[in-house]
Amino acid sequence: MSNTKKVLMKGNEAFAEAAILGGCRYYFGYPITPQNEIPEYMSRVLPKRGGHFIQAESEISAINMAYGAGAAGGRVFITSSSPGIALMQEGMSFLCSAEVPCVILTVSRCGPGIGGIQPGQADYFQATRGGGNGDYKIPVFAPSTVQEGADLVYESMALADKYQNPILIFTDGLLGQMMEPVALPEPVVDIKSTDIREHKPWALTGYWDDDKKRNTVISLRLQPERLEEHIHKLFARYEQAEKELTRVETVGIEDADVVLVAFGTMARIVKEAIDMLAAQGIKAGLIRPISLWPFPYATFDKLTDKTKVVISAELSMGQMIQDVKLGVKDRFPVKLLNRTGGMIPTSLEITERTAAILKEIGG
Amino acid sequence: MLKPVFEYTKGMLRVDTNFCPGCTHGISHRLITETLDEMNMLGKTIGCGPIGCAVMAHRFMNVDMCECAHGRAPAVASGVKCVHPDNIVFTYQGDGDLASIGTAEIIHAAARGENITTFFVNNAIYGMTGGQMAPTTLVGQKSTTTQAGRDTHQSGFPIRVSELIATLDGAVYVERVALNTPANVNKAKKAVRKAFDVQQKKLGFSFVEFVSTCPTNWGLSPLAAMDFLKNEMLPYYPLGVFRSPEGGEE
Repeated sequence: MSNTKKVLMKGNEAFAEAAILGGCRYYFGYPITPQNEIPEYMSRVLPKRGGHFIQAESEISAINMAYGAGAAGGRVFITSSSPGIALMQEGMSFLCSAEVPCVILTVSRCGPGIGGIQPGQADYFQATRGGGNGDYKIPVFAPSTVQEGADLVYESMALADKYQNPILIFTDGLLGQMMEPVALPEPVVDIKSTDIREHKPWALTGYWDDDKKRNTVISLRLQPERLEEHIHKLFARYEQAEKELTRVETVGIEDADVVLVAFGTMARIVKEAIDMLAAQGIKAGLIRPISLWPFPYATFDKLTDKTKVVISAELSMGQMIQDVKLGVKDRFPVKLLNRTGGMIPTSLEITERTAAILKEIGG
Repeated sequence: MLKPVFEYTKGMLRVDTNFCPGCTHGISHRLITETLDEMNMLGKTIGCGPIGCAVMAHRFMNVDMCECAHGRAPAVASGVKCVHPDNIVFTYQGDGDLASIGTAEIIHAAARGENITTFFVNNAIYGMTGGQMAPTTLVGQKSTTTQAGRDTHQSGFPIRVSELIATLDGAVYVERVALNTPANVNKAKKAVRKAFDVQQKKLGFSFVEFVSTCPTNWGLSPLAAMDFLKNEMLPYYPLGVFRSPEGGEE
């Protein structure tokens, strides 16, 4: 339930506040542009709301502090940006393996390497395929407005607990740095440390007496039979996530000549371009995946034979396009419309390039 | 009725450990859990284990416990302690885990004055991976990656971790003990108790280094390993209190 009253907030601060309202009481951060407002906000605000802030010595430590607090039953939120997320991925794999919840938000920038600090989407593979080792999945949500980002962070605090798995929110420098009006959600009821055991019977709380079984949180399973069984258990949960967490927004795809697929910041610009294309008599539709994993493959089945081409519009050299092709299943040609390195196309550029692609394929 | 002279502590679970004959991990495990039992704190303790020979510590120590990625236990324990500030929280780490890959984590947990206790098992070698050079391997000591003996031109110098930690103001109690004689084991137990007392009084970071053995990877018999500990390790790793809440070195 949201307040009707809207406040003007910078994306990063809205995400931080939404995490606190969603029950986050533990935040561990390390400075990296363009997400620095989040650790700053948390250091200032979280202790006053009964929470704990630690400035970690590295992103590696931040994710491991998150593992500790999450294993101990706390609600944890951590944030970073692209190269910092790369450092956290050992930990993400570990959290999945040990079934420890945590919400992680990336305010992505450009790579490879240190790259640049302008917005980018070239971490699509990093987010959806992961860089950690082993068989694991992390649900990834990609908001395209500050409001949607705040709502997804808030909801993910509970989803991480439900799935006993990390949840990743994929934003970029543009969403993190821009100000938009936000209606903030109501705060969830706080769970005291002493009550954690009731809510999370698996958590490390100290087992208190001989009557209660002690708890262990582990990742190592040396017997292949046990490890295989454990991985199947995780994947049963991921199968459930595919059913419950697949989210997508569509705009006018049923009768579209051309369907653009875009997420996050890029989807905002594509929406403008769709109106500009309409003015030229070109019917363009949009598929906006909100969940990048699970990817909304089934949505592509709704495209009709009227569609001539599907365009994956990305701020990268083309990463989501692989999932787009899996969704399209060879029914239509799939083209890439992209900028990278921190360059952001205008709606006019997208309009012109979309029209050119249509012409090229003989639409 | 006969009085038992030795009993299993409630702190150790009745399972066989995976440790080699003559390894001192069993002693340090017991000292920690026996002390917690005596303090009636077994049920209010959360342990954070390492990667290495003691990765299975959670199977032996009768407390709530988690595994941690290699070197990360002090960060994990910092997170645990935020949630449960009134529990005893400890890490148990070997020399590769703590003094090599986990150097940043241990230094900063100590510097922050995290109110946790770290037990550092220094046996001067990587045990579980099969005897490679550790940061604490002595100059001239043979390992599978220093087969002619550790050469400082090639492999640098061993790190004295307790002395390093003691330079940090967040560390309030730092002591190095050894597990080679009954007298030293008794002293080690007192150090374990003191570290937990410091934590219960919420004074800050406490650190106990156990100078330990690894007969298997040293290529020595258990008894010869004890001699190596005494004759080779203790001269480089002197026993003592490097920092205490009573002020400075003792």
